[in-house]
Amino acid sequence: MKSSASRLSLWLLLTPFLLWIVLLVLVPHMQMLRVSFQVRESWDTLAWGLEQYQNFFTESYYWRTFVRTGVMSLFTTFLTLLVAFPVAWYIAKMARGRSKGILFLACLIPFWASELVRTYGWMILLRESGLFSSWLQALGWADGPVEMLYNDVAVIIGLVYNGLLFMVVPLVTTLDGMDENLVEAGYDLGGGHATVLREVVVPWAMPGIVSGCIVVFMLTLGSYLTPVLMGGKDSAWFTEQIFTQFITRFNWEQGAALGVLLLVLSSVMVWLGLKLSGQSLRKVMG
Amino acid sequence: MNANKTRNAALLCTSLLAVTAASPLLAEELRLITWGGYAPDEVVTQFEDETGIDVKITLSNNEDMISKLRATGGAGFDLAQPSQDRIVGVQRQFNVYKPIDYSRINTDQLQPSMVKATQEATALNGKSFGVPAVWGTSGLIVHSSVADTVKDYTDLCDPAVAGKVSYRLKRPTLMGFAFAMGMDPFAAYNDRDEYASIMAKVEDKLIECKANVKTYWTGGDQLLSLLRTGEVTAAMAWDAGGWKLNAENPEIQFVAPESGALGWIDTFAIPRRSENEEAAYKWINFVMQPEIAAKITNASGNFTASKAADEFVKADLRDAYRASFGEQAITNIKWYPPVPPGLEATEGQVLDRVQAAN
Repeated sequence: MKSSASRLSLWLLLTPFLLWIVLLVLVPHMQMLRVSFQVRESWDTLAWGLEQYQNFFTESYYWRTFVRTGVMSLFTTFLTLLVAFPVAWYIAKMARGRSKGILFLACLIPFWASELVRTYGWMILLRESGLFSSWLQALGWADGPVEMLYNDVAVIIGLVYNGLLFMVVPLVTTLDGMDENLVEAGYDLGGGHATVLREVVVPWAMPGIVSGCIVVFMLTLGSYLTPVLMGGKDSAWFTEQIFTQFITRFNWEQGAALGVLLLVLSSVMVWLGLKLSGQSLRKVMG
Repeated sequence: MNANKTRNAALLCTSLLAVTAASPLLAEELRLITWGGYAPDEVVTQFEDETGIDVKITLSNNEDMISKLRATGGAGFDLAQPSQDRIVGVQRQFNVYKPIDYSRINTDQLQPSMVKATQEATALNGKSFGVPAVWGTSGLIVHSSVADTVKDYTDLCDPAVAGKVSYRLKRPTLMGFAFAMGMDPFAAYNDRDEYASIMAKVEDKLIECKANVKTYWTGGDQLLSLLRTGEVTAAMAWDAGGWKLNAENPEIQFVAPESGALGWIDTFAIPRRSENEEAAYKWINFVMQPEIAAKITNASGNFTASKAADEFVKADLRDAYRASFGEQAITNIKWYPPVPPGLEATEGQVLDRVQAAN
């Protein structure tokens, strides 16, 4: 009796999770996988085949865009880590009491506005007739309007900004748990700043670093608005191509194939990252 | 006793059903998917007051409209407004519309030439799927400082306007450039090889021209703000946007390119699983009355297929229209014919390659 009741409550608890994973994750992905193997022969007939996947490898702009997206995402993740680490260190180790909460909140507040609004904020600052350009002119550092928007640097700035919070939070959590005596012991044993950082702090924070990197990398790889709005004419981003295939070209088959490839290739990249840093997914997420 | 109860319950159910089935008559609804400006609040309120039908509006564009209807097999909306060149191919492929019953349309208030053109352009298996609604053109919006340089689409690649140019990376741009380069893509619509060779030349031209472009615009508001701030001085865009800017700043004008503006007609089309066809026909006949149609023109900047609506249109809009389109420019408009199957795949690849080129 008791075991059946507990089994019932287990199932009841599991139901929302199962519904979510089956209806919103598994079913759409299976559907996408199926569509990606369909080849439209003419207006009303379909055949099975690998044509869409071949397109990805034969039409150089598809895989070139993918490589570009991947490399820029990696670079963005790295930059985000560089920017977030000192911030997280300060919040976790230097700040005390209320200021700690306030600093944490300050990191969070920009995320109350949507990505679109944040991106437009950057556009107002960076555009040719924008704030930075007019300040430069007012200070006499530039003769004419300076265009800072519509290039890869602008895209990366926007992406780093978008990813910052997702790097700061796991870093703060792991750094919080570090015993300060460890750092002190490192200095006592004759280590310099660099040695202590390399031998004590980074190894301790590694799970936070890796989980932060995974989240930021995935977010960046899958972001759409920032590259499209800030990147201008050269903003070839892989998600943009998927969007175009589905919405503009009505080519759901090609779009689905690109979507599957994005999923597979990004999973491979994360797996490689875990292998290279010697972490396991369980340790990082647990 | 028990059986009686069941019967009573059944009766209650049926009467409830009858009431719910009848209730749409009390609160009728028209779900319209359309473009921004095609259903101004003023017009909607007037329609609701006169007919008692509630109008629910979803703003959209051609691709989005087709995607939405495709996803549901033509359900979710009672009336749509796709462009006429995008109906036949979509209908053949996805079967999302139902034929128009022209006997229910008050054709007396429509321009006969446009009705005929749309009927022909949207015909499939002897039935028409569209009624003309709003028309306009794409051409060039130029600032007077470069008006002497930029007279045709290909002039956007002139070094004199380097970095001050914007256009969309979509099919109108391909068509415009092809015409400006002395080719006729519409004539080659049914000859795949010929069409592919035209597109290949346009692709080379667009890649070569890429250095001149500041950014490829993706939304009307984005383009207008680029032109307003002077960051862009010449762009390929819609006439209505040009006239809107002209009203704010007389230096900016819409010009019909030498090789001809590209003309489009947006239609009314009824989705296959429309739940309130009656209201859809009522809406069509309502908004095409001259005075109502003029309100749409005033709101969207585009002229309608309604006969005699011109005299109710705002004077400054009428003047801007006349300044852009002389007799010659009107006859030179290249109207989009229906897009045959397969073309968009070719065009898509061209656009992708231009986007990815460095």
